[in-house]
Amino acid sequence: MGGFDLAYLTAALPLLWEGMQVTLLLTLFGVVGGLALGAMLAVLRLSRARLLATAAAGYVTFFRSIPILLGIFWFYFLVPIWLGHSIDGFYAALVGFVLFEAAYFCEIIRAGIQSVRRGQILAGLASGLSYRQTMRAIVLPQALRNMLPVLLTQSINLFKGTSLVYIVGVRDFLTAADVIGARDNRIVEMYGIAALVYFVICFAASLLARRLQRRYAI
Amino acid sequence: MRYNWNWAILVTEPYLMWMLSGLLWTILVSLAGWVLALLLGSIVGVARTVRQPVVRAIAAAYVEVFRNIPLLVQLFLWYFVLPELLPPAAGTWLKRDLPYAEFWTAVVSLGTYTACRIAEQLRAGIEAIAGGQARAGLATGLTTAQVYRYILLPVAYRIIVPALTSEFLNIFKNSSLALTIGLLELTSRSRQISEYTYQPIEMFTAATLLYCLIALIVAAGMRIVEKRSALPGMITVEAR
Repeated sequence: MGGFDLAYLTAALPLLWEGMQVTLLLTLFGVVGGLALGAMLAVLRLSRARLLATAAAGYVTFFRSIPILLGIFWFYFLVPIWLGHSIDGFYAALVGFVLFEAAYFCEIIRAGIQSVRRGQILAGLASGLSYRQTMRAIVLPQALRNMLPVLLTQSINLFKGTSLVYIVGVRDFLTAADVIGARDNRIVEMYGIAALVYFVICFAASLLARRLQRRYAI
Repeated sequence: MRYNWNWAILVTEPYLMWMLSGLLWTILVSLAGWVLALLLGSIVGVARTVRQPVVRAIAAAYVEVFRNIPLLVQLFLWYFVLPELLPPAAGTWLKRDLPYAEFWTAVVSLGTYTACRIAEQLRAGIEAIAGGQARAGLATGLTTAQVYRYILLPVAYRIIVPALTSEFLNIFKNSSLALTIGLLELTSRSRQISEYTYQPIEMFTAATLLYCLIALIVAAGMRIVEKRSALPGMITVEAR
């Protein structure tokens, strides 16, 4: 284990930054896709159609029961059989993240909507607002304020979770650190740097989540 | 799509035994990690609520460090980095001589990570108890330790049982990460066999169903615990 020098780190920076861009991209797509699918699932879960609500609940329970790693393997090994050629681990992982995160986002959105007391909906309807108006003017603004910090926390979890793409060989931040460390025999430093960078980003983001909660929670 | 279905692969030797041993490792590593997580998490959780600022700060630092670094990175730190930082003799022992090194590393990694989450739940549970109860306990002559032992903790644990259920489930799912350090647990075995036999659908279906089965058993077991331990008239809290 050689001494740690700044020049070495500077040389490694471009590769690390490339990896971080992949990590950020995976997180962004995962959050956007997961939110979209999760919102649809939440609407289904809260709908009066018993069958749809049960199906959505089943989806959530199923995806919360299995490790996301297994989900990534499903796509990584299955799509080649289906399409006849292999796919980039990036897409396999992304599909996995969207499907799994949707289950978590669904629960967060549902809890947010249900955190608004029923009396408020009744009061809205009684004062002559339509159901849509009640939802838009009364329920959703409050639900969003309650959800916001939790959504951010879940997004931080996904940011950390994207490191799993290491296993299917995607060049994310962790993999970049690992590759550089293995190449230069500097595993200790590179894993240390990876841990530090993840910590700083996640810690800062979680402080922001806490501030959001203090400011917006009802 | 051309695929040669062969569900019989699941009951073919040696694959059946491989999957069963994978399942066993998943259960073993999760349960052992859970024991460590409960012990350590309880200590850290209590430490976050005591009056000494230094103790609180150390416990808070523990929680932030373990919560904000990806579990996979933590696993690598324990497995690859720790032996290099220890004195050479201890490092060599960890790398070469420790039997079942992957298992123990996974247990420590899962345990210390889950501990920070349990600590947060327990802190929330303790803080949910009205402060008057602790003061009343002190006023009747109990020591601080006794207040925790007889008043705060029995109630706090019962409040957080539902939150513990999801952590308990998480540790089974998280144990799949141990395949990166070579532990042949359930996910690892299913991938290994599907690479050997080109039967990924059958193997991953089996693994998926086994994880679902674990989740069902955990949920059913914890529901019994929840029912037995529910506090009449108390709401439950869940920390994030």
